[in-house]
Amino acid sequence: MIFAITIYGEAGVFEALPKERQDEVLSGHTALQEVLAQRGEFVSIKLMPPTSAVMVEAAGNTGAAPLITDGPFSETKESFLGFYAAEFKDLDEALEYAKMISSPVARLEVRPVAWAGGAISSE
Amino acid sequence: MSDWLEATFVQQRPRAIAALTRVFRDIDLAEEAFADACVKALTVWSQDGAPRDPLAWLLTTARNAGLDRLRKSRRRAEILSRHTEEFQPMPAETPDPDELRDDVLRLLFICCHPELERRDQIAIALRVVAGLSVEEIARGFLVKPKTMEQRITRAKKKILSNRVAFETPSPAERGTRLGEVSLMIYLMFNEGWSTSAGPTQMKLTLCEESIRLARLLVDLFPAMGEQAALLSLLLLQHARRDARIDEAGKLVALDDQDRNLWDGANIAEAMGLLQKAQRTGHHGIYVIQATIAAAHARARSPVDTDWTLIESHYAALYALQPTPVVRLNQIAAQAKIHGPHHALEALEALKHDLSGYRWFHAMRGGLLQETGDQRAAIDAFETVLTLAPTEPERVVVKNKIRISQKMLDEM
Repeated sequence: MIFAITIYGEAGVFEALPKERQDEVLSGHTALQEVLAQRGEFVSIKLMPPTSAVMVEAAGNTGAAPLITDGPFSETKESFLGFYAAEFKDLDEALEYAKMISSPVARLEVRPVAWAGGAISSE
Repeated sequence: MSDWLEATFVQQRPRAIAALTRVFRDIDLAEEAFADACVKALTVWSQDGAPRDPLAWLLTTARNAGLDRLRKSRRRAEILSRHTEEFQPMPAETPDPDELRDDVLRLLFICCHPELERRDQIAIALRVVAGLSVEEIARGFLVKPKTMEQRITRAKKKILSNRVAFETPSPAERGTRLGEVSLMIYLMFNEGWSTSAGPTQMKLTLCEESIRLARLLVDLFPAMGEQAALLSLLLLQHARRDARIDEAGKLVALDDQDRNLWDGANIAEAMGLLQKAQRTGHHGIYVIQATIAAAHARARSPVDTDWTLIESHYAALYALQPTPVVRLNQIAAQAKIHGPHHALEALEALKHDLSGYRWFHAMRGGLLQETGDQRAAIDAFETVLTLAPTEPERVVVKNKIRISQKMLDEM
């Protein structure tokens, strides 16, 4: 079963950490990517800061072109930073792997994937 | 754990100090109250874990700490006199993003007091908004901590005398504030980027802090293309930090930089931001400058540089900012397209305005060197040396004189 490990946190906090702490966090990610690569296909994505985002919203009128707005508007709380997705035996195993990237700068969520296409497929 | 907490405090500081300054109408009290809240957070968060909304927690705690301090303060009457209506401590709820946005802008704008020298504006913003210590700021500006302390104290007095409106600004007023604040952030970066001798690490801190503030503006004003472009521009410059100084500490000209040393992550983010900024259709001074910087960043080697695009953007910049220095940059781009003779002719028109500007003579020297007029090139470079170049610049110019001299000797 494919599980996603999604990462939430406050943008900018990681950047404000001293170099050694940043390296600690990154070493967890490097280790996880190495083991996942040995196991088979996986996806890992780190998003750019939310400041770079543009929103596409459906227009009120049917048939009208979607609205493109610059956003999202100033959220002081945590935002979506990135995710991993890979095949795991079960939830317990996915949780074990998620622990490798646990750190105070991020809140992790492990969730089964209902459908996946592209580089890794749920088919 | 405490490193992470510190990082959170650094991240929340501008918004927190800004909101508290509105509540108390006093920057010192706001800073003290925030410091109190951080001390409390160190104990409480370490035991109970961090709250989901750290800013709301810090603001509520700081507000209570500040009220406590205000009650005991000898300056109570003075501080309360700044409140036009009855003093209303803010309710303990999640801060309103719109209000917070104006708070941060106001605090930064207060730092840009027109009677303060630009460097003092930057220093006080670094102290109050970014939370750098006086020692750190002094090192960045290459002055003694004592001197910096005095300057900041004086600047603080001055900005307190400025009764900046605490009401919600009109859109026009907001635009003015945003322009002033953006310029200050841009100049803060330049201060760090400027090539004086001294500990490069602290100069880099100035650059990083200005990027953090530019990012804060984009966070608060996501629809403003100019602010996204400012962040993009600063990231594109900053990306070259490791390539522009060699192992011996010498400056490396753009053409001679090892482009593999440019920071790819900075450039990628900057390109994303620039694309977002260009979508607004408004091409202000930062969009234009970021577009130029992006053209350099895209070129895999100096010969791949799209000088036609750069030249046309300097022309556009000159239309908005008709200064001799912008024109000089435009001519530099023209030199790459039409050759040195054409550029030397164009430079004649700037001779009067820029006679005391060392980059004018440095560029002229370089062009003369290209045309083979080594004697005139040496004269131009000698002029640079009389115009107080920084130490790394002096090294570069002396080296150029040596090259011209050698060519003369071989003739």
